[in-house]
Amino acid sequence: MVHDELQQSKLSMPDSENGAPFSVLQQLIGLQQEYHYVPRHEIDRLAVSSGVSESHIIGLIEFYGFLHTTPRGEYDILFSDNITEQMQGSHLLADLLSKGLGVAIGTTREDRRVSLDYTSCIGMGDQGPAALINGQTITRLTTNRIGQIIQLIEASTPLSQWPKTLFEVESRAERRDIVLNSEYQPAAAIEACLKKGPAAIFSQLEQAGLRGCGGAGFSTAAKWRFCASAAAEERFVVCNADEGEPGTFKDRFLLQSHAERLIEGMTLCAAAIGARTGFIYLRGEYRYLLDSLQRVLDQRRKERLLGNAILAHDDFNFDITIHLGAGAYICGEESALIESLEGKRGIPRPRPPFPVTEGYSGFPTVVNNVETFCNAALIIQQGPEWYRQVGTTASPGTKLLSISGDCDRPGIYEFPFGTAIAEILSQCGAHQTMAVQVGGAAGRLIPETEFNRTIAFEDISTGGSFMIFNQNRELLRVIENFTQFFRHESCGFCTPCRVGSSLLVKQLNKVMVGHATTKDLEEMSILGSLMQKTSHCGLGQTAANPILDGLGKFPKLFQSRLRATSFEPAFDLDASLEEARLLTGRDDPEAHLEGGGV
Amino acid sequence: MNNQFKLDGITVPFSAGETIMDAALAAGIYIPHLCHNPEFKPHGSCRLCTVNANGRTVAACTTPASEGMEVENATHELTTQRRLLLKLLFVEGNHVCPACEKSGACQLQAVAYHCGMLAPEFVHFYPKRAVDASHPEMIIDFNRCILCELCVRASRDSDNKNVFSISGRGIQAHLAINSTSGKLADSSFTSSDKAARVCPVGAILPKHKGYNIPIGQRLYDQAPISQVGDVAKHQELADE
Repeated sequence: MVHDELQQSKLSMPDSENGAPFSVLQQLIGLQQEYHYVPRHEIDRLAVSSGVSESHIIGLIEFYGFLHTTPRGEYDILFSDNITEQMQGSHLLADLLSKGLGVAIGTTREDRRVSLDYTSCIGMGDQGPAALINGQTITRLTTNRIGQIIQLIEASTPLSQWPKTLFEVESRAERRDIVLNSEYQPAAAIEACLKKGPAAIFSQLEQAGLRGCGGAGFSTAAKWRFCASAAAEERFVVCNADEGEPGTFKDRFLLQSHAERLIEGMTLCAAAIGARTGFIYLRGEYRYLLDSLQRVLDQRRKERLLGNAILAHDDFNFDITIHLGAGAYICGEESALIESLEGKRGIPRPRPPFPVTEGYSGFPTVVNNVETFCNAALIIQQGPEWYRQVGTTASPGTKLLSISGDCDRPGIYEFPFGTAIAEILSQCGAHQTMAVQVGGAAGRLIPETEFNRTIAFEDISTGGSFMIFNQNRELLRVIENFTQFFRHESCGFCTPCRVGSSLLVKQLNKVMVGHATTKDLEEMSILGSLMQKTSHCGLGQTAANPILDGLGKFPKLFQSRLRATSFEPAFDLDASLEEARLLTGRDDPEAHLEGGGV
Repeated sequence: MNNQFKLDGITVPFSAGETIMDAALAAGIYIPHLCHNPEFKPHGSCRLCTVNANGRTVAACTTPASEGMEVENATHELTTQRRLLLKLLFVEGNHVCPACEKSGACQLQAVAYHCGMLAPEFVHFYPKRAVDASHPEMIIDFNRCILCELCVRASRDSDNKNVFSISGRGIQAHLAINSTSGKLADSSFTSSDKAARVCPVGAILPKHKGYNIPIGQRLYDQAPISQVGDVAKHQELADE
């Protein structure tokens, strides 16, 4: 029963000690922190207390990248493996740490002191190379810092006693426009809603033309209206702070420096649609923000801007709980995010029904990006005309970009919609740029010939990731990095994405090692198109973009690596004989096949 | 039956709330599928039933039919797509038809024939997967599992047992059994469970009997899947 589940989930808030199924994921995250893995006896205990099966719990642990059934080291280190960090030497630094600590990458040292591995982009592209240590973010890694970390670990220094400078995450904007230049006035938006009513709010957001800032660009007014008009006893407000798109970090900036705006926006939404409960789904990689966000929530509760009888309106009760993610990019997809909030594996739901009619616990739910809520609050405070003063007709207002890669000043930039790529490149100090990846791994690769194109929903739409590659970069490495990312992050639900993302990595590898032929390129493009057309959700539909864009816009990259033959077997016959040669102790010419056996 | 839409030019009636697949099945029109079984909640994971509805590619099993909708199903383009999806399923697992007890009554094999798939094309993954023969009555061969989750749904929704679930992520996703040892014998599974009779491939099979019906006389040896439909339906009839 939907209502029973709701009852249980409500009991689980804010602390999750009562064992409701919805709280299982949050409890597992706690156990992972406590033990550095989830021990069998805790799985059994949790199964009993929550009423879900052991296999369900193991299913969760095996789904989420930050949960483990086998022990990790006391210091669990994960290097962010985005391409921009690789360009800053992250692999060399990881190797240095690996040698210094005597632990191979991808393993745990025998004394269980330390584990070392890579993880998907942790949202520090402007201050990388970065890593997570027991979930805490370390930025701006250098050889010096690696040396320092080795000493701290070998001396068993508790993380709380490590120098604070290691954990500093800078939070500033390189370029500000109307949104970041505006003063936020506490409660202005909520008061407006309580005074003028929901219809006025929807209409103002509509006039402003606010569209979802996560990248899809759905009308915010329409979303809120749909949710408000769905017949239901409960409604929910969910903030998608699972900023997992490689190269994106603008939500991190908002969460760190403008959390009040976000909470105001969520509370405004709650007042407008009639919700009593809200969630912030904070990606596990941003755990370092948890305390500061909790403080903002507490402060607002004290100021009667959150909790019961908000602004002395006896009938307006709304509170927010923070849920942590646990290392799964797919949970940025709104229905997968809801599944995850409900303590399940993050598998996207079939649509329809959409979350606005059947979301969290089956109730109508608004899921919006961090930036969308912040902008909604400011639009109600400043008026729709204020927002429309910049941008284009179809894309009013501004967009926060996370700029990283080859430029002098990486960081957060607020640009009006309609700004050309060339203008953005000039403002962040990019030189001799070969290509820009706009919108992250799932976005588009833009070659120099298209730098006159603009950031706008009607041209190049983006959630905010903007990665720059200059002419010295090997673009095929970029494409390979993104393709591997999707293989790692595919949820495994549907055939084309689950199998296709693995096959693309294999096929691309064939190109990288110089074994591919024209037929392989054709196969990649057919496979990519199949994934675009038939995948269940946006992840699978975009997973082939890097390869398809590469083939379409930089065909020479691929062609220059092809073999001249029209067909090449998928394996090297001579290399396959290596095991036999080792077993027989032979290495004479007779034991080899000329030309790889082809 | 007041509503209707076009499926490859044929007028198909539907009632409110029905999916494209529901309406097609009722009208006797075959849309290739593996994870769909009308007895259970639509899933939409195999993607074989992908059709073009008003120009959009959607899964027929999860998309509601709507008045006047134009749906393309048996087109050259869609059959080519399906063939490719089938090839992905074949290379992902270890499907050795000549050595499989389900051959001739296997939906994966039958749909592959229907779509004209002759060779696997892609590099086989050859995953290392175990066989669970612990149960006295039934055997699970994970090599053949295509992750359609029909056993998961049947055990949960029909048997009220929750014997099966999916674990892992991406290409590591796999069927898991809910028991302390992870073995089927230690679960509450029995051969009379609904979940024992819904597998479209040879992943869940009864023990102690094999090749009762000789190869050549099996369901899809006699008529193509487009005419006789799902194997589970026939299994059910045979059991009664």
